[in-house]
Amino acid sequence: MVTATRSRPRRRLRQLSRRDKLVAALLLGIPVLADVVFIWFPALASVALSFTKWNGIGGLGQIQGYGVENYRIAASIDPQFWPAVEHNAIWLLVFVCFATPLGMLFAVIIDRNIKGSRIYQSVLFLPVMLSLALIGIIWELIYSPNYGLINTVIGHNHDSNLINWLGNPKLNLWAVLVEATWRQAGYVMVLYLAGLKAVDPALREAALIDGANAWQTFTRVVFPVLKPINIVILVVTVIESLRAYDLVYINSHGPVLPGLEMLSILVTQNIVGEETRIGYGSALGVVLLVISLVPISIFLYQNFRREEPV
Amino acid sequence: MAAPDLPARPGASGFPASRRSVLKGFASTLGAAALPGILAACGDSGGSDKGSSGGNSVTFGSNYSDPAPKQAFAALTQAATTSAGVNIKVNTTDHNTFQNNINSYLQGTPDDLFTWFAGYRMQFFAQQGLIANIDDVWDKIGSNFNAASQGLSKGLDGHYYFVPIYNYPWVVFYNKSTFTEKGYTIPKTWDDFMALVKKMKTDGLIPMAYADKDGWPALGTFDIINLRVNGYDYHINLMKHKVPWTDSKVTDVFNQWAELLPYCQTGSTGRIWQDAAKTLENKQAGMMFQGTNQVAAQYVTDGKDLSDLDFFPFPEINPTYGQDYMDAPTDGFCISKNAKNAAAAKKVLEYIGTAPAEATYLKTDQWDVALANNASVPTYNAIQQKSVQAIAACKSVSQFMDRDTDPGFADNVMIPAIQKFITNPSAGNIKTLQGQIEAQAKTIFTS
Repeated sequence: MVTATRSRPRRRLRQLSRRDKLVAALLLGIPVLADVVFIWFPALASVALSFTKWNGIGGLGQIQGYGVENYRIAASIDPQFWPAVEHNAIWLLVFVCFATPLGMLFAVIIDRNIKGSRIYQSVLFLPVMLSLALIGIIWELIYSPNYGLINTVIGHNHDSNLINWLGNPKLNLWAVLVEATWRQAGYVMVLYLAGLKAVDPALREAALIDGANAWQTFTRVVFPVLKPINIVILVVTVIESLRAYDLVYINSHGPVLPGLEMLSILVTQNIVGEETRIGYGSALGVVLLVISLVPISIFLYQNFRREEPV
Repeated sequence: MAAPDLPARPGASGFPASRRSVLKGFASTLGAAALPGILAACGDSGGSDKGSSGGNSVTFGSNYSDPAPKQAFAALTQAATTSAGVNIKVNTTDHNTFQNNINSYLQGTPDDLFTWFAGYRMQFFAQQGLIANIDDVWDKIGSNFNAASQGLSKGLDGHYYFVPIYNYPWVVFYNKSTFTEKGYTIPKTWDDFMALVKKMKTDGLIPMAYADKDGWPALGTFDIINLRVNGYDYHINLMKHKVPWTDSKVTDVFNQWAELLPYCQTGSTGRIWQDAAKTLENKQAGMMFQGTNQVAAQYVTDGKDLSDLDFFPFPEINPTYGQDYMDAPTDGFCISKNAKNAAAAKKVLEYIGTAPAEATYLKTDQWDVALANNASVPTYNAIQQKSVQAIAACKSVSQFMDRDTDPGFADNVMIPAIQKFITNPSAGNIKTLQGQIEAQAKTIFTS
């Protein structure tokens, strides 16, 4: 009897666990399969292809080994490669140091319930609701040399004093970064505003009672409390910087303009098109992957280290 | 089971789902960075089954996606249906998309017939075995075309792969009214031309409307100066990389061009060619060098006076070659290797390769011209009549840089190099660019 009563729950546990196993296998299997098929396979295949030479025509038998030649070409021959790395870095820096703090500033100001805050909020959030392709087209019209808004308004639309916003290689990256910031700031603002609305007012009251001024309240109390949202924003910022593509593609209006080279653009220029260089494009994709791994690894390391003691 | 944790005070620890979903987002971005390679590698994504083509019907993949060519193309296919007794189902794709996907399109399940371009751009795909041999079609239509058009339709192996429909010249456009008003005359030589652009500048005109944001328009300027300075054979050898890009004759081309650049509209790397054409339309600019397929077409689109528009062939630079050559890109049709109904498709091409078929296509087209011998096209306007003469006066016509050389080389190497040249045409930069072009050409033209 005793053994029976003891074994019953165990048996039930075993029965349940068989079903559980099935459910767990199914629920785990689907994501794992999706993960392998859509992420690991393409990533590893790209790495493998980056050591080959193939024009994409004919069966897989046409693929020839090419060693590290693709990487050598990128580093020492392709005049677009190093500018692209530099521009990706500049893009990331501008986003981290300017666009994102600007969005936070907007959020903090609007959160103070200034007059007409809802209107400001809508105006600043509007660009986020537009697709990047549309933003690119809007700004292309604004920057157009002879008929564009800016040059017309400031009277620089004549041939003698034209400002070549998108064509001048010293100017165009910054012009496109203005477009990108226009959207990114609104995006960050909304994320941050949601966080700020959720901050317990009691914390601010306490800070006020303790005699903290607005700046101290923000830096010492509100900002640390918002740590989870800060991490989200940092991640969003890094993602948006690394995938910088749409605006540059639209504004280049064809093969990428000198001054706007981006790794993502070079990848597609070599892989999509009439005459493709799959191996070389894959090598550039791998470079982008490795660069992406740096912030990802830092983020994962930070994240798991923080959670372990809990 | 413990009760689920009650949410803590809002804001204190906040956002349970965010970290995980953010990680996922990151992972998918990571995948996306690596994805394009595989998408292209899979290769056969382009062609789903686009309507079956049984016995007497064919499918026709078309990149004539703009309204005017689409209408002309519809007229052509209708006439072909009547004449050849073959039902034609047209699948139109946006032309940029069509061209970018041609590789996977032809390897998948393509339409029986498709629209394409003459030159190396066709020969490359023929060589890769993606275009069907149509020697038997040319046995019937061969006499309709002159030797130059026949040559354009052949692959590198000497067999026929292409039937032309129209071509158009790259020439210098101007407004007759401007030239009459200011008393300008048509320049025959480079010196006349330089004198004219200087005069225009002092008269407050932009001598040459110019745009190169799209990248390809300035390739035409390189082509014509190279043809004028070094001749057709040298140009074609350079396009096939039988001559190195560091050659001093290429330096001559860039130097000649650098002389003209101060008289070209500034800020061209930020301007689309349509805007440059508008400066010519508004008579703010004196001249513009581009194809009739763009400038004349833009006049029609903008509802401007096409009868005021006129052109002359690019002036002579080297007396050895005079004005013997020009870019006259030819468009036409091919049968894909994987065609389901090649027999019927050949019947269609036998009809298209005739003067009446070309005349049918050109009924609504106001800027291209027919290639067939004795094509009588009553609807030709002055520009088209002059185009026919200008092309006929050439000893040889080239296609265009992105059709005469490896298209990937033209797009990814030459376009950025020439845009950099326009921004900085100094002797030092020319030398640097030539070195960069040659180094890249060596990695592309390998086999």
